Amino acid sequence: MEQFDFPIVLPEIALSVYAMAALLVAVYTGKDGLARIVTWATVAVMLALAAWIGLTGRPEGVAFGGAIVADAFSRFAMVTILLAAAGVLAMCESHLRQTGQARFEYPILISLAVVGMMVMVSAGDLMSLYMGLELQSLALYVVASFRRDNLKSTEAGLKYFVLGALSSGLLLYGASLTYGFTGTTLFSGIAATIAAGHVSTGLLFGLVFLITGLAFKVSAVPFHMWTPDVYEGAPTPVTAFFATAPKVAAMGLFARVMFDGFGNAVSDWSQVVALLATLSMFLGAIAAIGQRDIKRLMAYSSIAHMGFALVGLAAGTEGGVKAMLTYMAVYVAMNLGTFAFILSMEKDGRPTTDIQDLNMLAKREPTKAMALLVLMFSLAGVPPMLGFFAKFGVLKAAVDANMSWLALAGAVASVIGAFYYLRLVFYMYFGTEAKGMESRMAPVQWVMLMGAALVMILGVVNLFGIENAAALAAEALVR
Amino acid sequence: MGNLLSIVTFLPIVAALVLALFLRGNDAAAQRNAKWLALITTTATFVISLVVLCGFDPANTGFQFVEERPWIMGLNYKLGVDGISVLFVLLTTFLMPITILSCWGVENRVKEYMIAFLVLEGLMIGVFVALDLVLFYLFFEAGLIPMFLIIGIWGGKERIYAAFKFFLYTFLGSVLMLVAMIAMYRDAGTTDIPTLMTHVFASETISLWGFPIVGGVQTLLFLAFFASFAVKMPMWPVHTWLPDAHVQAPTAGSVVLAAILLKMGGYGFLRFSLPMFPVASDHLSGLVFWMSAIAIVYTSLVALAQSDMKKLIAYSSVAHMGYVTMGIFAANQQGVDGAIFQMLSHGFISGALFLGVGVIYDRMHTREIDAYGGLVNRMPAYAMIFMFFTMANVGLPGTSGFVGEFLTLMGIFQVNTWAAAVATSGVILSAAYALWLYRRVVMGELVKDSLRGIKDMSLREKAVMAPLIAMTLLLGIYPAVVTDRIGPSVAQLVANYHAALPADAGGQVASE
Repeated sequence: MEQFDFPIVLPEIALSVYAMAALLVAVYTGKDGLARIVTWATVAVMLALAAWIGLTGRPEGVAFGGAIVADAFSRFAMVTILLAAAGVLAMCESHLRQTGQARFEYPILISLAVVGMMVMVSAGDLMSLYMGLELQSLALYVVASFRRDNLKSTEAGLKYFVLGALSSGLLLYGASLTYGFTGTTLFSGIAATIAAGHVSTGLLFGLVFLITGLAFKVSAVPFHMWTPDVYEGAPTPVTAFFATAPKVAAMGLFARVMFDGFGNAVSDWSQVVALLATLSMFLGAIAAIGQRDIKRLMAYSSIAHMGFALVGLAAGTEGGVKAMLTYMAVYVAMNLGTFAFILSMEKDGRPTTDIQDLNMLAKREPTKAMALLVLMFSLAGVPPMLGFFAKFGVLKAAVDANMSWLALAGAVASVIGAFYYLRLVFYMYFGTEAKGMESRMAPVQWVMLMGAALVMILGVVNLFGIENAAALAAEALVR
Repeated sequence: MGNLLSIVTFLPIVAALVLALFLRGNDAAAQRNAKWLALITTTATFVISLVVLCGFDPANTGFQFVEERPWIMGLNYKLGVDGISVLFVLLTTFLMPITILSCWGVENRVKEYMIAFLVLEGLMIGVFVALDLVLFYLFFEAGLIPMFLIIGIWGGKERIYAAFKFFLYTFLGSVLMLVAMIAMYRDAGTTDIPTLMTHVFASETISLWGFPIVGGVQTLLFLAFFASFAVKMPMWPVHTWLPDAHVQAPTAGSVVLAAILLKMGGYGFLRFSLPMFPVASDHLSGLVFWMSAIAIVYTSLVALAQSDMKKLIAYSSVAHMGYVTMGIFAANQQGVDGAIFQMLSHGFISGALFLGVGVIYDRMHTREIDAYGGLVNRMPAYAMIFMFFTMANVGLPGTSGFVGEFLTLMGIFQVNTWAAAVATSGVILSAAYALWLYRRVVMGELVKDSLRGIKDMSLREKAVMAPLIAMTLLLGIYPAVVTDRIGPSVAQLVANYHAALPADAGGQVASE
C-alpha cells in the first residue's frame, strides 16, 4: 500500500468519512430532528463529489495493487450513481417528513450504499468487488425494511436479504472457482490467464456462477423474483432509490467483470448474457400488463429495461458498452422523474399506488399529466423521446455485433411493453370521471418531474453530450 | 437561409413547447391566446414553406435545400426535398391553418388541443423532409402520439376503442418497418436515404425454411415496409381502423387524418418501395393492383350502405387511395404523376368534405344521414359548397378529382388492363354513393322539425372552405401547376426503377 494510492480513492474516503461523521453528530445531538439537515447535507456532499469527479476527474490509475481501478468508465458510472442518489434523496425528503418517516439514518445508509457502489464500479479484483457489493447490499437490506412497524416493508427487507444473501453466495462460489482455476483474484490476472489460452471447464463454471450472482443484482430474468415484492413492499422513497443508483452500479460491475476479467472470452459469455437480456425484456413486458400497483409495474418495467441494457453488454463490443452506459443514464433520468410523481400520489390524504387512481388526472393537473405522458412514452421507447434513442443505441450495437436476432427480439418486446405504459396514459387522459387522486408536490419533486420530461424531449438535440463521456468510458473499459 | 426546412419543421413544435410551458390558466383569454398562437404559427409556417416552393428548382431531380449535420448515436440529421416531397410539405402547411380555424369553436381543453395539432404538424412535415432512415422513422412513429390523443380525448362516444385500434394497427405495422430498417442498415452500412436509393439490395431467389422467395431479400424488405405503409394508406384489407378512427375523431382530427396522414403511406411507397426494392415491387405489383381494385369496388359498395356520413366519406377515402396505390405501382410517368396528384387533390377534397360534415354536426350533433334532408331550403350556401365538393369527389372534369383519377387510370391501363377496367367501375360507384348522400342530406323537402331553425354557414366557416375551393379548381383547370413541379423527379424515379429491373421484366412495361 503506497501513499499515493490514496488520492485515487479519495472520493470513497470522503463520502465514508462524511457518513460516519454525520452519524456521530446526529446520534449525539438532535437525532431524528436533524433528519432534514442531514439529508440536505448528504445531497450537497454527493453533488459536490459528482461535480468534482465529473469536471476535474480524480487521478486515473490503479490503486492497492490493482484492487481499485480509476478510469473513465468508473468516472462515468460514479457520476451517474451520485447524481441519481442525490436526486432521490432530494425529492424524498419532504415525502418522508410528511408521512412521519423522517429518520436521520436514511440518508446515512444511502451514503454508505453509495460508497459500496463506487467501489463496485471501480473494482479491479474479485475481493474489492465483493467488498463493494456487500457494503451496498447490507445498507440496502436495512433501508428496505426501513418502516419496522409495517408488515410489507419488513417482509420486503427479509425477502431482499434472504435472496440477496443467496446470490452473494453464488457469486462467492463463482469467485472461488475462478480463483481456483486461474490462481489469482485480480481481473487483469484472470484476463492474462485466459489470453494465454487456459480456459478450463472449471473456469467457465466459475464464470457462470459469477454471472448468476450479478444477474441477481441487476434483477435479470430468471433471477428477478425478488424485484416486484421488494419494490412494492419497501417505502416509496426506498423503491425510488432501488430503481436507480443500485441498477447503475450493478450494471457497471457486470460490465467490469465481463470486460476486465473475461474480456478475452467474449464468445463464452455473450450468449449467456444475450439469453438473460431476451428473457428479461419479454418477461418485463408481459408480466407488467396485469399489474395494478404502479410500484410493481415499475418493478417489471425496470426488469425489462435491464434486459435492454444487457443487450448492449451482450454485444460484447465497445459500441455495446457505450450504448449500455447511455441507456443507464437515460433510464435513471426517466425513473427519477416518474418516481417524483409516484411519491406525490395521494388519495384522501393518504399515499396511493393504484394506477386506477390516475383517472382523469389530465383534467385536474394538465401540466403534470403532460410531463408524465412524456416520461411514459419515453419509457415505452416511442420516438422522439430520449428513451427511443437509448433503445435504438443498444439494438444497433447488437446488429453491429452480428446479433440481429437479439435486436429483433428487442424490437418485438418493446412493442409489447408499450401497451402498459399506454395504459397509464389511458387512465390519465381517457379515464372515467371518478374521484381520483391528488398530486401534492414539493417544489423539488415538481422540478424533478418537469426536468426529467424536458430532458426526454430536449435531449434529442445532442443527448447533452453524455455520448462522448460514454464513449470515453467504453474505450477505457474495452481495450 | 440554409436551414429553411428545419425552420418549417420545428417552428410548430417550438410554438407547441411555448404553449405548454408558458401559457397559464384555462380561462377564456388563455383559450383565445392559444388559438391565435396556433393560427399565427401555422400561417407563418405556410408562408415560409412558400419560400421553399419558390426557391425550388423543378428541373433539378436531386434533393434540394439539403441540410446535413452529425447527430447523436452515430446518426445524421439530414433533411431535403425533391419534386416528390415538396408538394406534400406544402399540402401540410396549407391545410394546417385551415384545420386550426375549423376548430375555433372547441371549448374542451383548448390549449392541449392546439399543442397536439402543432406537434402533429411539425412531425408530419418531418416525415416528408427526412432524408435519414431513422429520422424518418422517428417522425413517422411520433406522429402517432398526438393523433392517438386527439382521437382519444376529443373524439366521440367510442373514442377509446378507436384510439387504441388506430395506435396498435399502425404501431404493429411500423415495428416491422423498423426491423427492415435494421436489416437495411446491416446490408448497406448506412441509413442515408439518397445513398440507400442507389444501393442495390440482393434480389436472388432465396429459400426460407424450404420455401422459395422470389426476389429474395428485396421481397422480405418490401413486405415489411408494405405492412407499415399499407396500414397507413390504408389498403384493403387492413383499412378497418380508418372508418372507426374517422367516425370517432373530432372534425379537425378527421381532416388531418384524411388529408395528410394517409398520404404518408403513399409517400412511403414512392420514397422507399419503388426506388429501393424495384425487383420486389415489380414482382408484387400484380398483388397490389388487385388489392387496390378490390378496395375501390368493395369499399365503394360498403360506402353505399352507410348510414353515418363520416363513415361514408371514410370508405370513399379508402376507395380513392386505391387509385393512388395502383398509380404508384404502375410505375410509369402517368401513373406516378397521377398518384401524387390524386393524393394532393384528395387532401383538399376529403378535408373539405369532413369539414362539411363538421358544419352540420356542430349544429345538430348527429352524423346520421337520416336525421337530415332538405337542407338546401335553409342553407343555400352550404348546399352550394357541399355540392361542389361532392362533385369533386366524384371526379367531375374541371375539378382536381378528375385529373387524379384520369391520370392514374391511364397509367394503370398500360400495365394491367383488367385491373384498370375493374377500377374504372369505381368511378361510377363513387358517383352513386356521393350523389345519393347529397340527395338524402341536402335535397328534398325540409320535413324534419329539428332542422327548421338550422342556420347557414357563418363567415368563418365559409372562409375555411374558400381556399379549398380555390385549390380544387386551380388543380382541376390547370394541373400543370403540380405536374410541372413533380414531373422531372417522377421521370427520374421511373427511369431508375426500370433500369434496375432485369431486362425481361422491364420489357413488358411501356414507359416514356
